[in-house]
Amino acid sequence: MPLPRLIPCLDVAAGRVVKGVRFQHLRDVGDPVELGAAYSDGGADELVFLDISATVASKAAAADVAARVAERVTIPFTFGGGIRSVADATALLEAGADKISVNSAALARPELIEELARSLGSQAVVVAIDTEGGRVRSHAATRDAARNTVEWAKECEQRGAGELLVTSIDRDGTRDGYDLEQLAALRDAVSLPVIASGGAGNAQHVADALEVSQAALLASILHEDPARLVALRDELRGLGVPLRDAA
Amino acid sequence: MKTVAIARYGAGNVRSVELAMRRLGAEVTDDLERADLAVLPGVGSARSAMDGLGPAADVLRARHEAGRPILGICLGLQLALEESEEDGGVAGLGIVPGRAVRLESERVPRIGWATVDPGGEAYWFAHSYEAVTDSTVATSEGHAAVVEHGSFVGVQFHPEKSGAAGARFLEQCLSRA
Repeated sequence: MPLPRLIPCLDVAAGRVVKGVRFQHLRDVGDPVELGAAYSDGGADELVFLDISATVASKAAAADVAARVAERVTIPFTFGGGIRSVADATALLEAGADKISVNSAALARPELIEELARSLGSQAVVVAIDTEGGRVRSHAATRDAARNTVEWAKECEQRGAGELLVTSIDRDGTRDGYDLEQLAALRDAVSLPVIASGGAGNAQHVADALEVSQAALLASILHEDPARLVALRDELRGLGVPLRDAA
Repeated sequence: MKTVAIARYGAGNVRSVELAMRRLGAEVTDDLERADLAVLPGVGSARSAMDGLGPAADVLRARHEAGRPILGICLGLQLALEESEEDGGVAGLGIVPGRAVRLESERVPRIGWATVDPGGEAYWFAHSYEAVTDSTVATSEGHAAVVEHGSFVGVQFHPEKSGAAGARFLEQCLSRA
């Protein structure tokens, strides 16, 4: 198996990195290129940029951010938010992104996963699943998608998804640790790589998630501070997690 | 200054390869025939890639016969082989003896940083098929990672996305070209 991965997640709106609580009271916390490059220098294995405004105007802004990130950052990065078609996804990959992530659009029209996989290759297609109590949530986790999480994960795999980014809404923001039970169920149900998200409060939580998943998404635990990533990597190495030597 | 031409056939990673080469001081041209190094990039599926290559396929074959350097990346490596099992079977360029087969791995696609031996550096991989060829010169967890046949060098990983290690690899390719 490839090495376990640490993936800082940056929320983006209108071309800036923002921070907010449940998508409200957004605050500008920096430039996506600068912060992305700093995380890369800090040893990130990949980056995820999540466009949380995802309006028509922000679509062009997202492609512009992807293009600027590609100029500076030499590790892989994923773009998510507001992607509803192969054309949306292609624009981001042509700008230099490696993968795109879809969530609500795939729930609304699951054939989108097949179209994306056929056109871009499965390795570029991440399906993000927000899960609460074993059920899928949609629209930034505000609605019940009327689907069982494990069943939806299997369907995503059958339709050609290349990876699953699984966020536990129960745990998100709690700092109580990842939902290991849900992650283990998904590990057993599909043979795709799984990126764990939601609930990281300390290095041990991340180490535990990397036992059952191939990667861990890091959001609030980093506080948009690359120095925290460096410290976290050191702690994880101390816990015996075989991270990449990024030098 | 070395010149680099990238075969354009709709592959997603062309811009990343171009940016990586420029960072290393190379000049990127459209002259696939005469550039010091030709790059066959690759992201996507074998059939659409072969269809998209069109006349560039013959230019690459001629380059190889003339002993001029070519670098194949990921799908670009697999396209150089005789055939791929992807998409129900696709004929490749036939520059390198061997074929691309569905990856046998615990998790497919095989995505992430993995060590390549000899050398011991970790590079970024993202693939569902792998090359099976006697021209393999380095492996990663048992999978072909670097393939060399005449003037063709193919890598299963993405040096353009492999940080400092990837840049060192590309620099070597440029200095040899």
